[in-house]
Amino acid sequence: MSNASSAPSHATVLPNGWEMVIGLEVHVELDTKTKLFSASPNHFGDEPNTNIDPVTLGLPGALPVINRRAVELAIRLGLALNCTVQASTFHRKNYFYQDLAKAYQITQYDQPINIDGYMMLPGDVRIGIERAHLEEDTGKSTHFGGTSGRIHGSDYSLVDFNRAGVPLVEIVSRPDIRNADQARQYVSELRSILLAVGASDAKMEEGSMRCDVNVSVRKADEPFGTRCEIKNVNSIRAVGKAIDYEARRQVDVLESGGTIRQETRHWDDSEGRTHTLRVKEDADDYRYFLEPDLVLLDPGTEWVESIRASLPMLPAARRARLAQLTGADKESEAVYVIVERGQDDFVQLVADAGGEPARALVYVQQAFAEAGANPSVPAKDLAALTLLERDAKVTATQAKTILAEIVANGGGDAVAIAAAKGFEALDTSAVEAMVDAAIAAQPDAWAKYCAGEEKAMGAMVGAIMKSSQGKADGKVVTAILQAKRG
Amino acid sequence: MESEFVSVVNIVDSIRAGKTTASAVLEQHLARIDKRETEIHAFNHIMSESARANAASIDADLKAGKERGPLAGVPIALKDNMCTRGVPTTCSSKILEGWKPPYDATVVTRLQQAGAVIVGKTNLDEFAMGSSTENSAFGTTRNPLDTSRVPGGSSGGSAAAVAAGFAAASLGSDTGGSIRQPAALCGVVGVKPTYGMVSRQGLVAFASSLDQIGPFTHTVADAALMMEVIGGHDPLDSTSLDQPMASLTAVLGQGVKGMRIGRLADMPDGCEPEVLARLDAAFVALQAAGATIVDIALPSLSYCLTAYYLVAPAEASSNLARYDGVRYGLRVESADLISMYGATRAAGFGAEVKRRIMLGTYALSAGYYDAYYGKALKVRRLIANDFAVAYQSCDVILTPTSPTVAFPIGEKTSDPLTMYLCDIFTIPTNLAGHAAMSVPFGTGAHSMPVGVQILAPALGEPTMFRVAAELERAS
Repeated sequence: MSNASSAPSHATVLPNGWEMVIGLEVHVELDTKTKLFSASPNHFGDEPNTNIDPVTLGLPGALPVINRRAVELAIRLGLALNCTVQASTFHRKNYFYQDLAKAYQITQYDQPINIDGYMMLPGDVRIGIERAHLEEDTGKSTHFGGTSGRIHGSDYSLVDFNRAGVPLVEIVSRPDIRNADQARQYVSELRSILLAVGASDAKMEEGSMRCDVNVSVRKADEPFGTRCEIKNVNSIRAVGKAIDYEARRQVDVLESGGTIRQETRHWDDSEGRTHTLRVKEDADDYRYFLEPDLVLLDPGTEWVESIRASLPMLPAARRARLAQLTGADKESEAVYVIVERGQDDFVQLVADAGGEPARALVYVQQAFAEAGANPSVPAKDLAALTLLERDAKVTATQAKTILAEIVANGGGDAVAIAAAKGFEALDTSAVEAMVDAAIAAQPDAWAKYCAGEEKAMGAMVGAIMKSSQGKADGKVVTAILQAKRG
Repeated sequence: MESEFVSVVNIVDSIRAGKTTASAVLEQHLARIDKRETEIHAFNHIMSESARANAASIDADLKAGKERGPLAGVPIALKDNMCTRGVPTTCSSKILEGWKPPYDATVVTRLQQAGAVIVGKTNLDEFAMGSSTENSAFGTTRNPLDTSRVPGGSSGGSAAAVAAGFAAASLGSDTGGSIRQPAALCGVVGVKPTYGMVSRQGLVAFASSLDQIGPFTHTVADAALMMEVIGGHDPLDSTSLDQPMASLTAVLGQGVKGMRIGRLADMPDGCEPEVLARLDAAFVALQAAGATIVDIALPSLSYCLTAYYLVAPAEASSNLARYDGVRYGLRVESADLISMYGATRAAGFGAEVKRRIMLGTYALSAGYYDAYYGKALKVRRLIANDFAVAYQSCDVILTPTSPTVAFPIGEKTSDPLTMYLCDIFTIPTNLAGHAAMSVPFGTGAHSMPVGVQILAPALGEPTMFRVAAELERAS
């Protein structure tokens, strides 16, 4: 996934002082071997209705037994989201649908396992996490015939219970998000945390991570407006687009004198708009009550603390560590990308091998987009290259060429490669002579540049780089030109 | 009335001693079934073929010197709401007609491992909702002691099967009295164990927080043996108590000397005088055996019936919502999916089940939860507190099991509220999750049997069985 988190904010600004208020409900499937309440396998993509058993099918007499690993993963996630982990209970959420075999979903209601956490976004924005609770997934219905792909008007429907009973954690944010950029950053960061703690593979395209978005608008400092919940938001990009569309729709309704109904809306990604799915008056009465087939789930302090002690360093801490090592901004794209790829440890190895950390960061970002967390190139080879460039023995362009060769060969001596290619950085007096020659050759360009037309410099730099056969350092050329203009 | 019934303990001993065989014992029971089942209708499904094969295999094993368990060769009947692999399990409801579970309930597995011979699945009030077995979709069970009368319910088939000698013992389920009341009405022993002592895995749920499986037997010793076989922790039931089953057969001879027996200072109205007379006789007998009688109060007793008829239907409305005609059981074809659901449930459920689904759905609805279900939960806590106070001054409490002896078939069917009153003494135990059992103690009106109920706190089975054994000696 490309990372938009670090991009400077270009969020849609609403007109006339309107402000967005956004809360996210994210469902993630936990990466367990078996289901939340039975020994049936939790595995995506198998033949329909093969990962089933009496509990999954809700057969009469079958009883749920909680999966300890699912509880552990939920606690790992809760701790990573700075939640309080507490003794919790399960409730039955009663509703009738063909992919819900028992006609109730076992979920956590008034006593969830994780409460009161938060996540930090760029710019020290703190997003509250209300709860992150355990529940079972439903089966999956597919409707055939008709036009909408929905059950209404279809000829027949098929139900696959492989997904039924898969353990989910639903992470409910507080309405602290104020624009689409923050919402995307939140989802992206949540995904990174899920991967870091091993709770989920968090694949939105496979449905193992699913977002519902609550959007309302208000004038700054006024009370919250009526919210709409948007479903079917299946990518991080769609999160941003759906929010921008929906907020703008609500502003238009309000400014033309209308009111917002509390309703559930469906995001149509191809049309780029939301449609009414159901209004609040149609809402189901879920008749929640305590699930009598389960008992209090009390993980106990000892277990929770042992899980806490086993947590890996989280993405935010790794970014801070990498930023400190390299001198880069902790919210810079390079830092985000490297940590997301898990290559921050490799940058550290290059630094440990005597390399210059800032250049190591740039090289790793450039060269190892496809390499995974552990590039198969000796860190000392990259370290040697950073020093060549730092000491102006080679130019940035030459360094890039050497880097490509080192990567292609799985390693290599930067000094030897530079020598073999005849790379050497020209000294400043030689470059000055070339600059003088270029000014003489292109008097028009020089005049324009002197008159303040910055673009004119590009042609001159290009000519100088060409005549030096890449040996001149572009930065040095630019500096000399600027100095000569005075 | 037959008098030659042999107890579980005697059957086990006789087979072990080589005086008879599992097959011979089975044939005696099958012969009684042949003779009287048409009249009594204790069973939904008789398993004579598999029972004969099972008995033959037990005989062969025993002959070869193999150990076959503490119930080797004992014919046992199962209430038809316990799952039996490949054998129809109907809950006496049309909605489950034809369904064959792909697994055995834990109690069934434990009985089989103990060498029991399963003879059949017994009739019940549909989904265990009723006190007379008149709510079965497959016909009423009759009381073997007087076939014009009900056997009680909901486990009426299991009680009748033991009383008629169709099986040496049987299993029932007790949600509000469904083992104890039919045991009392049929003159046999019936046990409702502490909630969590016997696994519910494979018991088709009526009200999950109240349901508990227990045995029907002729004798207290038989009941103790049955409890030792079916009780104990089951990892497949999360509400199963995580501790070993207490020995009950070992305590039966210990007597009640020094024991404190609780007596309700205020007896609710509506009890037949003969029933109260038998209860008094039971107190006298225990006193004679060295126990002391202590007056106790259960101030919340009068709210229990109401609370039960909110909690049980609420859970039932959720437990029974899955029967939609799609994956198993009855399906009534109709124009589209939604009308198929409606037609199936309309045809599949009987009147009492529908009544309770509606009651329960209403009690849980937004806006009504606090007034009904929420209040019922408070009563559960109140009655538990009442018991806690009472058990500070006594070890067990004695009450009638049922306010009346077995009543004539049809007498209460037109008035559900009168029928609900049958459970006045049995319901508090379920609400509190405690143990209780009914022991036959003489006869009352119409020469029908009267049961005395022994109430004990959670895990109070050993004490409860000592009292039961004493009453049995005195009766």
